Amino acid sequence: MSAALTVWVKGVGLWAPGVANWTSFLAVVNDSAAPETATTRPTADVLPPNERRRAPESVLLAAAAAGQAVQMSGYDAASLPCVFASAHGDQAITDYMCTTLASAPTELSPTKFHNSVHNAPAGYWTIATHCHASSSAITGGEATFGAGLLEAATLAVADDRNVLLASYDIAGTGPLGEMTSSTGPFACALVLSPHEDRSAMRLNLMPTVGNSAHEPSGDPWMDAVAASNPSALALPLLRALAHGRPTALRVAAAQGLDLHIDLEISA
Amino acid sequence: MPHPMPPLAIRAYTATSALGRGLDAHAAAIASSQGGLRPNDFSSAPLPCWIGRVDGLEDEPLPPEWAGWDCRNNRLAWLALQQDGFAGAVHAARERYGASRVAVLLGTSTASIGLTEEGYRRLDDGRMPADLRRPMLHTPHSLAGFVATTFALEGPCLTVATACSSSAKVFANAERMIRLGLIDAAVVGGTDTLCDSVLFGFNSLELVSASPCQPFDAERAGISIGEAAGFALLERAVEGEHLPLLIGYGEASDAHHMSTPHPEGLGAELALDDALTRAGLVATKVDYINLHGTASQKNDEVEAALVARRFPATTRASSTKGFTGHTLGAAGILEAALTLLAMRDGVVPANLGASVPDPLCGPQMAWQRETADIRFALSNSFGFGGNNACLAFARAGEPA
Repeated sequence: MSAALTVWVKGVGLWAPGVANWTSFLAVVNDSAAPETATTRPTADVLPPNERRRAPESVLLAAAAAGQAVQMSGYDAASLPCVFASAHGDQAITDYMCTTLASAPTELSPTKFHNSVHNAPAGYWTIATHCHASSSAITGGEATFGAGLLEAATLAVADDRNVLLASYDIAGTGPLGEMTSSTGPFACALVLSPHEDRSAMRLNLMPTVGNSAHEPSGDPWMDAVAASNPSALALPLLRALAHGRPTALRVAAAQGLDLHIDLEISA
Repeated sequence: MPHPMPPLAIRAYTATSALGRGLDAHAAAIASSQGGLRPNDFSSAPLPCWIGRVDGLEDEPLPPEWAGWDCRNNRLAWLALQQDGFAGAVHAARERYGASRVAVLLGTSTASIGLTEEGYRRLDDGRMPADLRRPMLHTPHSLAGFVATTFALEGPCLTVATACSSSAKVFANAERMIRLGLIDAAVVGGTDTLCDSVLFGFNSLELVSASPCQPFDAERAGISIGEAAGFALLERAVEGEHLPLLIGYGEASDAHHMSTPHPEGLGAELALDDALTRAGLVATKVDYINLHGTASQKNDEVEAALVARRFPATTRASSTKGFTGHTLGAAGILEAALTLLAMRDGVVPANLGASVPDPLCGPQMAWQRETADIRFALSNSFGFGGNNACLAFARAGEPA
């Protein structure tokens, strides 16, 4: 099967409950380290201190993962077009908005309103990193991570540029939370390059008709996180990247469409 | 860095807004300079402002087979898809290329959040009322999910939600996927409907005008919010076909502020340059620009200065927000459709609503309707978070 898209992974970032960064994730995957039981606020060093204090959870989460991936890549964040993917956006703010609108609509907070837009993380990120490249905010529903990966790789190859992908979702709250079934926060980020780099892992991506079932990993922590929100469906790919071994896997990119991924390691 | 792109054919397109259903209603309103704004009769609590509302949605539920998807946003999308033979063109593309080779790439800012709001107004013991426990509608992907389902399409399916640039950026997503051979055709466009979130949200930012919006007027007092749906079917251009073309697009970020544009229009100008480069076009060749022109203080100030410094007086420019209101995530596709109509009919839409021009405006502004030979045109869409997009089109019959 010839790949439709080939990209090299130049940076990876991750934040999961109890696993605050990619280094900790490597320890969990490769050294059987136990995730922390206490969960800390995501560290979004990229944001200026003022913004870090005021930013909603979705922005912190996305910026924390994106910051790690960009740092690993060694690229200047200002030069990277970015794709921010999230199935449901900031559900806590949506819950606040709908609650306030139902009781006292004219008291809606202007700050909450501008933080409610789906592209708030993309906005905060480009402001903090002085990035004038294109930025996008997308959702693909339950297939958000795969849809985001397809979009970011497409952008990288089509425009011959390195691209940042961040995929994040937070726990749902209130009546909305019951609808989205998102039970916990998770974010990951990849910096993808269209240029061959023999020191980097390579992803060959091929859209493939049909959706395959999620296969449990056998690791209870990993399976629980993967089930907690749509962005966490990135975990099988992230685990394969952490193992650093050639792997073939599929992630859903849309209803009725998977992305077949061959992860290859240069000799 | 971008290169000129192979143009894409616009096989079919359509729009539905406060001006009516389908292209003929829009062309007639533009020809007679009759706008569609009315005093706000929509929000769940009084809010003195003007809105661009689509008539009849309350009385036209989705067909029974799609009842699970029923909500105002999907009703408007469905209504728009039935105009101008658009649904038939999508069915034909599916036949021609196969379900997995046609993408659904749609923009929206709030999708069906109006239904979520309704659920919160009539909670049942703290939970969504039973009739609204439909998870696929309480999420921003509801529009694209609905459209892909009704056409039984199984290609890439993406929602772009970058506020007011959303349904302009989807043209770029489609171009990349078609150029790389991932798909053969794409349904692009978007839908946004009136809801409390945007009416009271923009009101909280003091951006909503109490009177009908006046884009580029010296006394402008803010935006009027509207609702709209529009769609276009994009395919590779084939020599000899008489179809309008997407010839370029530009995307860039302000990196300035979440809710006000860069004071010098940096991101807007980068998006313009990106679009001109991909189109292989110079500013002097641009016959018409459909401006973002929201009637907010800052947007119009920045955009007026950009047009005045970059284009000759022969380039004509106007905002059509005075006709339709600011349709937010649907503005990109609605104004793309109005731009294509301007080229088709040789009519520059009036910059409706303004009576005293902002002195920052240059001679490019078309304050009244004009007739003109429009071969190449641009459409600007700028969103919250400094998210800028610019589309470039060529009239049917122009050499690609």
